[in-house]
Amino acid sequence: MSTTTTTAPSGGARAAAATADYLDQRTGVGKAVKEFARKIFPDHWSFLLGEIALYSFVTLLISGVFLTMFFVPSMTEVHYDGPWRELQGVAMSEAFASTLRLSFEVRGGLLMRQIHHWAALIFMAAIVTHMMRVFFTGAFRKPREINWVVGFVLMILGLAAGFSGYSLPDDVLSGNGLRITDGVVKSIPILGSYLSYFLFGGEFPGHDIIPRLFTVHILLVPGLILALIALHLFLVVLHKHTQYPGSGRTNANVVGFPLFPVYVAKAGGYFFLVFGVIALMGATMSINPVWNYGPYDPSPVSAGAQPDWYMLFLEGSLRMMPGQLEYMIGDYTLSLNVLIPAMVVPGVLFMLLALYPFVEAFATGDKREHHVLDRPRNRPYRTAFGVSVLVAFFILVLAGSNDLIATHFHLSINDITWVFRFLLFLGPWASFVVTKRICLALQRKDRELVLHGHETGQIVRFASGEYIEVHKPLDAHERWLRVQHEAIRPLEIEPAEDSRGVRRKGYRADALRQRLSRVFYEDRIEPVTPAELEAAHSHGDHDALGSDQEKAPAELLAGGAPVGGGTHLVAGPSDETGPDARNS
Amino acid sequence: MKALAARRHDRRAPVVLLLLALLLTGALYAVVAPTSADAAPAAATGDVETGEKLFQANCATCHGPDATGTQDVPSLVGVGAAAVDFQVGTGRMPMQMNGPQAQAKPVQFDEEQIAALAAYVASLGPGPAIPTAEQVDPALGDAASGMALFRTNCAMCHNAVGAGGALSQGKWAPNLWETTPTHLYEAMATGPQSMPVFNDATLTPDEKRDIIAFLDLQGEATPGGIDLGSLGPVSEGLWAWVVGMGLLIGAAVWIGARSS
Repeated sequence: MSTTTTTAPSGGARAAAATADYLDQRTGVGKAVKEFARKIFPDHWSFLLGEIALYSFVTLLISGVFLTMFFVPSMTEVHYDGPWRELQGVAMSEAFASTLRLSFEVRGGLLMRQIHHWAALIFMAAIVTHMMRVFFTGAFRKPREINWVVGFVLMILGLAAGFSGYSLPDDVLSGNGLRITDGVVKSIPILGSYLSYFLFGGEFPGHDIIPRLFTVHILLVPGLILALIALHLFLVVLHKHTQYPGSGRTNANVVGFPLFPVYVAKAGGYFFLVFGVIALMGATMSINPVWNYGPYDPSPVSAGAQPDWYMLFLEGSLRMMPGQLEYMIGDYTLSLNVLIPAMVVPGVLFMLLALYPFVEAFATGDKREHHVLDRPRNRPYRTAFGVSVLVAFFILVLAGSNDLIATHFHLSINDITWVFRFLLFLGPWASFVVTKRICLALQRKDRELVLHGHETGQIVRFASGEYIEVHKPLDAHERWLRVQHEAIRPLEIEPAEDSRGVRRKGYRADALRQRLSRVFYEDRIEPVTPAELEAAHSHGDHDALGSDQEKAPAELLAGGAPVGGGTHLVAGPSDETGPDARNS
Repeated sequence: MKALAARRHDRRAPVVLLLLALLLTGALYAVVAPTSADAAPAAATGDVETGEKLFQANCATCHGPDATGTQDVPSLVGVGAAAVDFQVGTGRMPMQMNGPQAQAKPVQFDEEQIAALAAYVASLGPGPAIPTAEQVDPALGDAASGMALFRTNCAMCHNAVGAGGALSQGKWAPNLWETTPTHLYEAMATGPQSMPVFNDATLTPDEKRDIIAFLDLQGEATPGGIDLGSLGPVSEGLWAWVVGMGLLIGAAVWIGARSS
């Protein structure tokens, strides 16, 4: 009997192999599949946030195809004649009428509409959450800056998709949004009115905007998003995945499972979870009930008229802006009261996000590749900056909901607006300071833990009468987690003039860089160095305490674990040489 | 008489006098007191005199003994029976507390007393009358026309389906789903608090009835499922984050957790 046994392949397996071979010989796809299937993916839930965005986008495509079958992107006027009593005989555009037909007459239409809309909200929420993860862990650093920009553009495209889709049904709410867009476009100096005429094909609203938005929404933007998602994922495969710091994890490896079969199963299953949650929401929770708002006509604006959450910051910005900043220059009106909140504020927010990786790289002067993520506390400036941008965004979102805050908390809307006006400037600043302090404090805590170990709650009294608390030293893996990062120090640059007093080229750029890096990294807590650790562990030997006193805590410990070194250290690490349990 | 005069300074005299006075008051009350409430129910037109008494006891402190108001309190001459029926019938009057606007609270008078008060105020000067049952019957109105009218006249304060909204300086437009058709009509005709008056030239009685017919259909189950308060996209966004992202992140943590 031989040691290897061969079983004859079944007919199905043979056919599959033949097909695979056929494809491989003509496309060479086998190599790609092998490469992809063996791609190592580290295990952490936060790496799935991007997948929520991907899967909700797939959900958007599937439900969107269904909706396209029934939606009529036309502004031709018709009179409604359908089952919804409140709109019987009312004049409306075909777009709105077909949305109503889709909602009340097409089988499953309302469910699909609601799934589509909930998926859109989840899509943007997932993008923002994923972006936060990438930002706070420093996953955007070299070599991933381009992928950060791709992701950023995807977010902007998501906004464009959301906005164009929101405007399609041609109900009052979406018309209000278009009217605001029109006002914003018109506020652009000199070009404004021309751009507005260009967009709407004449005076607002005209007859072109819905068909145009339709093309943008179902063809242009999804096409771009698909292409950029492909690029985004290709770059993820190319760069390999980042991983959280831990013992055994370096910039040269990835610790995790191969994509096939574990992650294919997990990720595939996750698609159905995402789809399931969105479908559940679509089936049970009403979203954008356009029949409540009625067909668009420019006169009515109802209370509670707001955009979807991802555009709410823009609404808040507009609501907060004092209205006095409108100037007449000759015959020309300069509407700073619209231009500033609708162009400058979002422009600043978005530019900060898009450019941050490059600013940080410039400040550190770091040209190395990074594949191990940062713990947010170890980059206090970045973490504080991210939090303050989020706080600014959140305040704008709240300001966009000021009417609901007023009614639900019985407050005066005027007071709320004033509070938010101040908070918009004070909130980001305060949260920056507080976050940075918290990060530095956590780093200090890390140092403390590494040097002195965990508190055990055991109080020991020496013969001399002194009380100490017994500390348990960290095991090697935990210690590694807290000392592995490098402290970035502000850049030191060469002097402006050399020894002969000749001015050095590039000194000004260096000086700018130095100033920036000082802003970023002047306040810092250095991680514990091996020498410091050594000193901390041995300082007990040099303490005034006698050797018999030193023994006391160890003797009191059950199990008689060895003394870790210093007076305050007991029960040494259990197994430092074995693999980190967290990695398996 | 002499005996009486002699006893005038007796120390028990005040007590006796007090008892006599109480007895007299009781006897007088038994004669003069209004008969109990099982008198003929005042339907549309209440008893003006009863109304005046109720007014003097409950409203005159603020609105003045002759209902002409003061600098801070409106005169009630000419506001009509509809205004009284609305304000008192929804519990807004008598006002319990000074604030941005009077709050609807448990109604303080019964129907008959409200009718009497309304009749008294209506007698001070001509004003909008309480609408008849036919005028406010939602079944007779046209909801589609009502929706169009509501959108242009009411939705900017009361929200697209009458769920309510915020006004300036802490005032608010209330939710209309529980308001009775009669009170809706009266509010339109009299313009309580921050609300403008929609007189018959602005909204004809038929149009008012159409609006009532539209509102009658609101606040019920919506075709799409839970209505989330009908508050618009803000509540939708909130739920997308709480329910949607909450469940999905929970699922991600579950998937990311290592099997042991």
